[in-house]
Amino acid sequence: MATDISHAQNLEKAQEFLLTPAGIGAGELEQVMGRILSSKLDYADLYFQYSRQESWSLEEGQVKSGSRHIEQGVGVRAIAGEKTGFAYSDEIIMPALLDAAQAARAIARGGQEKPQAIAVHSGHSLALYAPCDPLSSLEDTAKVALLEKVEQEARRQDPRVKQVMASLGGSQETVLVMRSDGVMAADIRPLVRLNVSVIVEQDGRREHGSSGGGGRTDYGYFLTEERALGYAREAVRQALVNLEAAPAPAGTMQVVLGPGWPGILLHEAIGHGLEGDFNRKGTSAFAGRLGEKIASAACTVVDDGTLPGRRGSLNVDDEGTPTQNTVLIERGILKGYLQDRMNARLMGMAPTGNGRRESYAHLPMPRMTNTYMLAGETPPEEIIGSVKKGLYAVNFGGGQVDITSGKFVFSASEAYLIENGRIGRPVRGATLIGSGPEVLTRVSMVGNDLALDSGVGTCGKDGQSVPVGVGQPTLRIDGLTVGGTEE
Amino acid sequence: MGAISVDTKGTPSLEDLAAQALDLAQRQGATAAEVNSGLGKGLSVTVRRGEVETVEHHRDKSLSITVYFGARSGSASTSDFRPEALSEAVRGACAIARYTAEDPFNGLADPADLAKSIPDLDLHHPWDLTVDDAIGLALRCESAAFATDPRIQNSEGATVTTHEGVDLYATSAGFMGTVRSSRHGFSCAVLGEDDQGRMQRDYDYASTRDARDLPDPESVGREAARRAARRLGSRQIKTCQVPVLYEAPVARSLLSHLVSAITGPNLYRRSSFLVDSVGTQLFPETVHLYEDPHRLKGIGSSPFDNEGVATRYSDLVTDGVLRRYCLDSYSARKLKLVTTGNAGGVHNLMIKPGSEDLTGLLRQMGRGLLVTELIGFGINSVTGDYSRGAAGFWVEGGELAYPVEEITIASNLRDMYRGLVAVGRDVDRRHNICTGSWLIDRMTVAGS
Repeated sequence: MATDISHAQNLEKAQEFLLTPAGIGAGELEQVMGRILSSKLDYADLYFQYSRQESWSLEEGQVKSGSRHIEQGVGVRAIAGEKTGFAYSDEIIMPALLDAAQAARAIARGGQEKPQAIAVHSGHSLALYAPCDPLSSLEDTAKVALLEKVEQEARRQDPRVKQVMASLGGSQETVLVMRSDGVMAADIRPLVRLNVSVIVEQDGRREHGSSGGGGRTDYGYFLTEERALGYAREAVRQALVNLEAAPAPAGTMQVVLGPGWPGILLHEAIGHGLEGDFNRKGTSAFAGRLGEKIASAACTVVDDGTLPGRRGSLNVDDEGTPTQNTVLIERGILKGYLQDRMNARLMGMAPTGNGRRESYAHLPMPRMTNTYMLAGETPPEEIIGSVKKGLYAVNFGGGQVDITSGKFVFSASEAYLIENGRIGRPVRGATLIGSGPEVLTRVSMVGNDLALDSGVGTCGKDGQSVPVGVGQPTLRIDGLTVGGTEE
Repeated sequence: MGAISVDTKGTPSLEDLAAQALDLAQRQGATAAEVNSGLGKGLSVTVRRGEVETVEHHRDKSLSITVYFGARSGSASTSDFRPEALSEAVRGACAIARYTAEDPFNGLADPADLAKSIPDLDLHHPWDLTVDDAIGLALRCESAAFATDPRIQNSEGATVTTHEGVDLYATSAGFMGTVRSSRHGFSCAVLGEDDQGRMQRDYDYASTRDARDLPDPESVGREAARRAARRLGSRQIKTCQVPVLYEAPVARSLLSHLVSAITGPNLYRRSSFLVDSVGTQLFPETVHLYEDPHRLKGIGSSPFDNEGVATRYSDLVTDGVLRRYCLDSYSARKLKLVTTGNAGGVHNLMIKPGSEDLTGLLRQMGRGLLVTELIGFGINSVTGDYSRGAAGFWVEGGELAYPVEEITIASNLRDMYRGLVAVGRDVDRRHNICTGSWLIDRMTVAGS
């Protein structure tokens, strides 16, 4: 019940903010929708958005730059079968809206106008975060002071720290979706992040390390539990480890992945390949494999947009569908895809709350939220202890996947050799490559230490970026190709 | 003034908006200010398996302002051009400048470096493309792909895009420059399937300033199909150290890494593997790298950089020796150097082509790996360590033996630049950075 009350409040605020200034009320929305709908159209939606964001950055001990950005607009989409017409305007005014509607509906050629009565009604929503405004949650002087403290903490760790770069960013996004089925939904989405990156130098060798975090909350998050200072310490620790790193091995070997952010494995190897659009079109290596065994029985993987306060979470997706916990793989069996409304309809499945878009100027697509593997029962020490010779990778940069061949990569930024069950010397960063449909069949041990990442992930698809989360327990993979330089 | 061929629906011209923003900033006490602004429109049409898939109408609009209060600065941007939004952006930038630290290197570019005249680089060729025409071209492109090879059974679609717009840069010191430009293209991505049901995807595209310079859409479709089909039957190879030939479209990335490593912020932060490297031998003596910003119709052409500094032909590497960095005014002041007109990046970076085409380079390599696709981001910019996922072909006796996938290629960028054996004459001109294929003497290939 609480969720419906907060949604009603979000809807009211969003309307007041996005529509009222332009004199747009329920009647006007119905008029626009009526203009779009025709006998040949299956679906249409209007997506209103207003977002404010800021960023502050520090280098050489001082906050020397900061910026603010304001963006607003409305996107109009019309769908007929597999065809989509799309137009948008950065002005939220009736004439622009009607123009965009006209352009979008042209996709359904020859369709008769079919004015129909649309009963606008409120959809459902979760309440996973407060509709707070991060930008005003801290005085500007305090934002500057926070970054300065982070810098001092990093420098205090070790005299070999030569450069500290830190940035603080926050945004608040107000969105309102109106669909042709009459459902109207709104969301007010805060998001904050803090990143620290350091350069260390010793005997002419330089290395870097980075850390950070955030979520759907305000800047107060960084002040509690010394979080911001923790990022500074972690960035320095990583950089110092890398100063000692030897060349990484090359070839296929046993790999143990640490908990948390290494879950980028699941995002690349599994997640993208299970997005509905690729499967409807038959372009994914996973197409047509529902019900098949694609992982070892130790693996259960979910995409869960309902985790409170998480970076990848949403009260409703960008099509007004409440997010959910979707089981992708259950004990090794492929159970489900990630769907937006269009692909769900065309595949005869239910939407899963994964319809997301970067902004009003982009079309929604099936996208991940927070993707992770459930915990197993093995203590992580036992997993490392079981490996005679292999790689232990605990931190990663980015990754990428070729959906069609299923080949994916992710690049380790902190890794160690394992020799006779013990963690040995650190090795330099290397890219790991594998095959999505095969890699999880080689997962032989799953740890009891599930962790989610700290909240810095951004996923890119077709040029659109959206915030996401990943997670996993410690995993042992019996055979993954490690791209070092030492044969 | 301000006659923009983009439909502006009665809104003021970019010049007027910029002048207003600069005026507002000065009235708020800013000692200097600069504005970057753009306005554009476009159409993008995709067909897939012979049917229209998306028709997207684009309109983009942005204005960003940086204000200076003495040595302090703040920035803001907005996509909303109404007067109240504009003044909110200016106020936002000024508010930030109250809290940022004094930075003596801040400020506008030196007036002596600014573009005095703005040459017409022939960049603006609007294409009066209707949705129906675009659909027709996209259908021709995709159907040519399907007709090329029976193993091409699926498609991600063929897309036709057109975009035109105007970009403006103006300062409180009186500089105001606008550049109108257009860009049009075809792209096509298709999938092949082998007899075991394993799929491969590849693509091709064309991009030009003037639609009359585009190739036939059919040629793009055929090339996409040829590229996808030749990857069928890919396998892993054993870990080895061999020469690696980067096909021109992927060789470009090696120049992007170079540009990033010699760009101002990475140098003054000492977060680059190429700090203090001007005057050193980075490449073999045959290598010549230069920027040619005024090439007519060039994809990267621009009369001035992002802070109004005049661009000009300039060598980056001659006789294999790095001659300069890529700097804007701020980085230049910090490094006690002068700006190189690279605020916002390089403009038409070219490497002098060699004498061999791809076939000749394959013969020169004899045995090794031809790389046609790279995935992932495995580059450590501080150390130059390089490790990326790759796909391509095993080469024996100077000829393609079989397609290869699920491998990585690794080395260090310094060693790779020093080990550049030859550059092809198969120059890929679709980008701001233009190069032929690169033959590198030795890298570690990790496989089974």
